[in-house]
Amino acid sequence: MGIEHILAAIPWDKIIIQTVNGIVTGMILALIASGLTLIFGIMDVVNFAHGELFMLGAYIGVVVLATSGSFWLALIIATLVVALLGAALQITTLRPLLGRDPLTTILATFGISLVLQNYALWQFGPVARKIQEPFTGYFTLFYLEYPWYRLLIAALSAAIIGAFWLFLKYGKYGVWIRATTQDRVMAEAMGIPVPWVHTGAFAIGAGMAAASGVLFGPLVGVNHTMGLDWILKAFIVVVVGGMGSLGGSIAASIFISLLEAYASIWASPAQAVIVSFVVLILTLLFRPTGLFVPTPK
Amino acid sequence: MNPDATPMEPLVAVEDVHTYYGKSHILHGVSLHVDHGEVVGLLGRNGVGKSTTLKTIMGLVHPNRGQVLFAGKTVTGLPAHKLARLGIGYVPEDRRIFRLLTVMENLRTGLDRHGMSETRKQELLDKAFAYFPVLAERRNQAGGTLSGGEQQMLAIARAMMLEPKIILLDEPTEGLMPRMVSQIREIIDVLHRAGVAILLVEQNVPLTLQASGRVYIMEKGVVRHHAAASDLNVDDAVIHQYLGV
Repeated sequence: MGIEHILAAIPWDKIIIQTVNGIVTGMILALIASGLTLIFGIMDVVNFAHGELFMLGAYIGVVVLATSGSFWLALIIATLVVALLGAALQITTLRPLLGRDPLTTILATFGISLVLQNYALWQFGPVARKIQEPFTGYFTLFYLEYPWYRLLIAALSAAIIGAFWLFLKYGKYGVWIRATTQDRVMAEAMGIPVPWVHTGAFAIGAGMAAASGVLFGPLVGVNHTMGLDWILKAFIVVVVGGMGSLGGSIAASIFISLLEAYASIWASPAQAVIVSFVVLILTLLFRPTGLFVPTPK
Repeated sequence: MNPDATPMEPLVAVEDVHTYYGKSHILHGVSLHVDHGEVVGLLGRNGVGKSTTLKTIMGLVHPNRGQVLFAGKTVTGLPAHKLARLGIGYVPEDRRIFRLLTVMENLRTGLDRHGMSETRKQELLDKAFAYFPVLAERRNQAGGTLSGGEQQMLAIARAMMLEPKIILLDEPTEGLMPRMVSQIREIIDVLHRAGVAILLVEQNVPLTLQASGRVYIMEKGVVRHHAAASDLNVDDAVIHQYLGV
């Protein structure tokens, strides 16, 4: 079989479409995972309620959109409200547990996730709600009418992550967050109010989850269990990217989403999920510190 | 100098402090004081509680009994970040540089305080860079890439960013080359002349006796001996008894 036969056998159109799909999902996932990895990195808390903060953000988006009619207002208000809620949750539940066995924070955040899920079920019912996308244009991608909104999600997620990175790099509080992540005790000794840095970091992580909830809302229905799929993937990404490494999580989000997207060319999307787990298992077996961090010395 | 502190009362006073790590009783009633602008040495073998004394003053461990006073006010149980803002600088034994932060960012952790003007920040930076020119050269380099001696300088410069009234120096010359040791020795004098008090924990007895006004000697979690540094000699019996090699 000649080389041209092999080239001809490759479904280029599908691959390009799936690359775009993979990047879009990857950016959303990166936005969720960034918050998760920030929170883990700075206070060693595995936040099991992260998916519910994502879900709550989407619901607040639904409510604000219904009353104001503005998607952008919904995005901003959902982000701020969930950030404030995150701060309150951190102060009341996690701050008293700092320095205790990690199991206690796992149980605490898992408890919060159950409360939030059932609150959403009680408040909004089991029927999925819809968020109307801010605009409904399409462009032609081979045989597909591809919505512009999907590309906008990817761009906005990238913009939020970029802004967050600039804040960490140059902002006064960004330097505080990085210093506290590296050495909590020494940060305290330098006069950094570590308990409030923790609260702030949790609020930022929660706000980012909420923003991704609103952005992603138009693509799927908003319901009380929508956080579950994402949180599972976000955990995989955080482990594969190297626990606590922001750059690693972002790289892993895009990597895994692309792999899943390509796999679903030949398998059903439900089966394509297996790819994530295969990557997770291989990472844990052969490079447990993470794929996208430098080899530890 | 703090105008509202009475010069008569010590800057830092530790009174009968008992500190535990979990169930191990480390400090068994330590008492000592440091006056404004004074350099005080704290000597003793490894594991007698010198570092724990510094950590207790810094609020990084909290004593079960006894109290710590700063400028006459009890500060026992205050979190470390509040003590840092009150004017206690801490240079730990292992330096604890923020390894992934640049030299400049390490310094910024102490500079970005409430009420600091940009000009004041620049003055403090200029002063530190004048003492430690190598830090100015490496300002954009990650702290973890510095040599041991440079990290020690950075740790001291970082504490200076807090404009502290006292610096707790934990074994600053440990593992350094002789040239670096004399540089650390000089910086202690410079800080002393600038009116900063220093509580110096050291294994290097000659250096401590030269640099300090008074010296405390600890053994098994208590202060056993207290004398003017000028009254002590490296060959004295008391030095041999508590620090003998």
